[in-house]
Amino acid sequence: MTTTADPVSPRIGQGSAALPDSGGHFGRFGGRFMPEALIAPLDELELAWREAMTDETFIAELDRMLRDYAGVPSLLYDAGRLSTAAGGTRMLLKREDLNHTGAHKVRNVLGQALLTKRMGKTRVIAETGAGQHGVATATACAYLDLDCVVYMGEVDIERQALNVARMRMLGARVVPVNTGSRTLKDAINEALRDWVSNVDDTHYLLGTAAGAHPFPAMVRDFTRAIGDEARAQVLDLTGRLPDAVCACVGGGSNAIGIFTAFVADADVALYGFEAGGEGVATGRHAATITGGDVGVLHGARSYLLQDADGQTVESHSISAGLDYPGVGPEHAWLAESGRATYRPVTDAEAMTAMALLCRTEGIICAIESAHAVAGALDVARELGPDATVLINLSGRGDKDMHTAAEWFDLVDASGEVTYAATAETGAPGADGGAGSTR
Amino acid sequence: MTPVATALASARNDGRAALVGYLPAAYPSVDGSIAAIQAMVEGGCDAIEVGLPYSDPVMDGPTIQRAAERALAGGARTSDTLRVVEAVAATGVPVLVMTYWNPVERYGVERFAADLTAAGGAGLITPDLVPEEAGEWVAAADAHALDKVFLVAPSSTPERIASTAASCRGFVYATSVMGVTGTRDVTSTLAPELVARVRALTDLPVGVGLGVRDGQQAAEVAGFADAVIVGSAFVAQLLDAGADHAAGIEAVRTLTVDLAAGVRSAAGVRAAT
Repeated sequence: MTTTADPVSPRIGQGSAALPDSGGHFGRFGGRFMPEALIAPLDELELAWREAMTDETFIAELDRMLRDYAGVPSLLYDAGRLSTAAGGTRMLLKREDLNHTGAHKVRNVLGQALLTKRMGKTRVIAETGAGQHGVATATACAYLDLDCVVYMGEVDIERQALNVARMRMLGARVVPVNTGSRTLKDAINEALRDWVSNVDDTHYLLGTAAGAHPFPAMVRDFTRAIGDEARAQVLDLTGRLPDAVCACVGGGSNAIGIFTAFVADADVALYGFEAGGEGVATGRHAATITGGDVGVLHGARSYLLQDADGQTVESHSISAGLDYPGVGPEHAWLAESGRATYRPVTDAEAMTAMALLCRTEGIICAIESAHAVAGALDVARELGPDATVLINLSGRGDKDMHTAAEWFDLVDASGEVTYAATAETGAPGADGGAGSTR
Repeated sequence: MTPVATALASARNDGRAALVGYLPAAYPSVDGSIAAIQAMVEGGCDAIEVGLPYSDPVMDGPTIQRAAERALAGGARTSDTLRVVEAVAATGVPVLVMTYWNPVERYGVERFAADLTAAGGAGLITPDLVPEEAGEWVAAADAHALDKVFLVAPSSTPERIASTAASCRGFVYATSVMGVTGTRDVTSTLAPELVARVRALTDLPVGVGLGVRDGQQAAEVAGFADAVIVGSAFVAQLLDAGADHAAGIEAVRTLTVDLAAGVRSAAGVRAAT
C-alpha cells in the first residue's frame, strides 16, 4: 500500500534548528578548518544561502524544480512483505530511490545549483566517489545550463566506468585525480584546490552534509524535506509517529535529511548505519563514528579514520557511496549527545538485506540503502511486532548490479543468469551469506 | 622578540627582505631532508619552514603533494618532523613548522608545543587553521612563547586581516595568489596590494609566499615584502634530482644563493619605500 504525499508540502527550508552556532559548530564538532583564502567565499556562500532561504521566489522555484523535474515529494511505501519478513514490525520505506537520478542527492544538488545561479556564478565543480553525486551534479548543471567539472579518483574511475560515461553524456568534464589514495577523499582535496583558484566564477557543489561551515547546515536544509515529508506521511498513514527512523551514513546527507524532522520527537529513536565493511575489528571498514576518532578533515572537526599521527586512513566498503573516511559533524554531535545511535553494518549483512528487499518487495535498492535496511531489521527485532520503523531508502540499485552480480554469482561464465540461493528468512545477517560468500 | 622576528628585523636593518625557505621533513628521507635544509641555511636562508607531511594537503599544488606523499610512503612520522627541526635549529637559524592542523591535534596540542620547544623550534605556520578555531593552539603557543603564523589572502576582508594579524606572532603570512602552492611564471599582481593592506593594519613583518621560483622573482617580491617565502621551487630541485640526492642538495644550494642574491638586489627598492 502506498500513500501519496498530499497534502504534504515539499517546501524547502521550513523550520530552523538551534545548531550549528554562528561559527558552524555542533557542540565541539564542525567549524571551519580551511585556508584563509576560502573563508571569504564560505562567508559569501553562507550569506547567499541564508538570503535565498527567506526569498519566496527562490523557494518557489526550487519547489517547482523538485516537484516537476525531480519527482519530489517521494512516496512513503508500506512494505507489507518486508514487514512479515521482519517478524511483523511495520516497515515503512521513504522511496527516495524513485527520484530523478535515482537518489536523495538530487534534492541537495538542485538546491545548490539554483543557489549557484543566484550568486551569479557560471561554473560548478564537484567531487564524486562512486559517481552518483557527479551524475546528479552533471544533471543539474545540464538542466540549469552551468559548466560542470567533476573530480574523481583514478581508482574510482576504473571501478565506475559507466557513471563516468553518464557524466560525460550529460556534458560534464570528468577530471581524474591521481594523488593520494586516488579515491573520494583525494577528489575532495582536488576540488578544494580548484575552488580556491577559481572562486570568482565557481561554486563547489559538495555532495554531502560534511565539510566546512556552511556546508553541513546548508546541505541539511536542502535535504531535510525528506524527513518533513516522511513525518507527515507516516502520521497520515498510521496516525502516529514511527518508533524508529533508520538511514545509512556515509557523509550523512540522506540520514540528516530524514533525521532532522524527528530530532525534537523524543520518543522517536534515530539510527544511523555505517559501513562496517569486512567488520570493524578487521580495520577494513568505513564506520567512522563506531571505529574512528575525533579529528579534523576537509574543513570540519568530526569523527574520522586516522592513524596514530593523524594521517587519514583509507576506508573500505562494498558500497562506494559510503566509502569515505569522514562523516558530517552533525552526526558526530548527534552521536555524542546520545540523540542518535550509530551502528556498523557489514558488507555481507547489507548484501543479504538487499537480496531480501528484492525478493519480498521487488525493489532493488542501492547497496548504501541496503545498510539501512539491514540495520532496520535488527531494530525491528529489538522493538517487536507492534513497532513501526521508517527507513530512508535513499537510492536505487541499478548502479550496483555489477557488484551484486559478482557478490551473488549471478552471471556465470556463459553469461547465463544463475539464481543463487538468497535469503529465505527474515533474519538477514544471521549467516551473512545470501548466495555465495566472497 | 622571538627568534623569527629577530631574524626578520636583522634583514630589515640590512635594508633587505629576509629569505625563508621551505622543505618537507623526511623527503627523500629524514637525514636527506636535514642535509637539504642545511644547504638552504648555508646558501643564505634567514629562516626555515619545515613541512610536516600530511595525507590531505589541500593548500598544496602537485610538487609539494608528491614530496609529502613519498615522505609518508617512506614511513614519515610526526616525531621525524620534530627530529628535523632539532637538527636544523642546531645551526642557529630559526625554524618554524608548517603543518595542517589534524596531525597537531592528534599529537596533542600542548604536547606538540612542548616537544617543538624542546626541539628548538620557533613556532607554527598553520595553513588550514584560522584564528577562530585556534584557541587551544594560541594558549599553547603563548605558554611556550612560540610564533603563531596565520595566513591572510587576497580575498580576506579588512576586518579579517586586522583580526588575523592581531593573532599572529613572528610575522603575517600573505598568500600572494588565490590558489595553491607551486611556482608561477609571473609574480602576482595581487601580492603588493595585499601587503599594503596588511601593513595598514599591523606593525608585524609581512612574508609573501606562493609562486616564487628564482632570484629575479625574489627581488620583485622583496621590493614590497619583509620576507620572501620559497617552497615548491626547492622541493622541485629534490624531485627533479630523483635518486641522485647529492645533486638535488647542490641544486637546492644553488637556488638558495640565487634567491639570497635576489632579496639583496631589491635593497635599493626597499630603501626608497
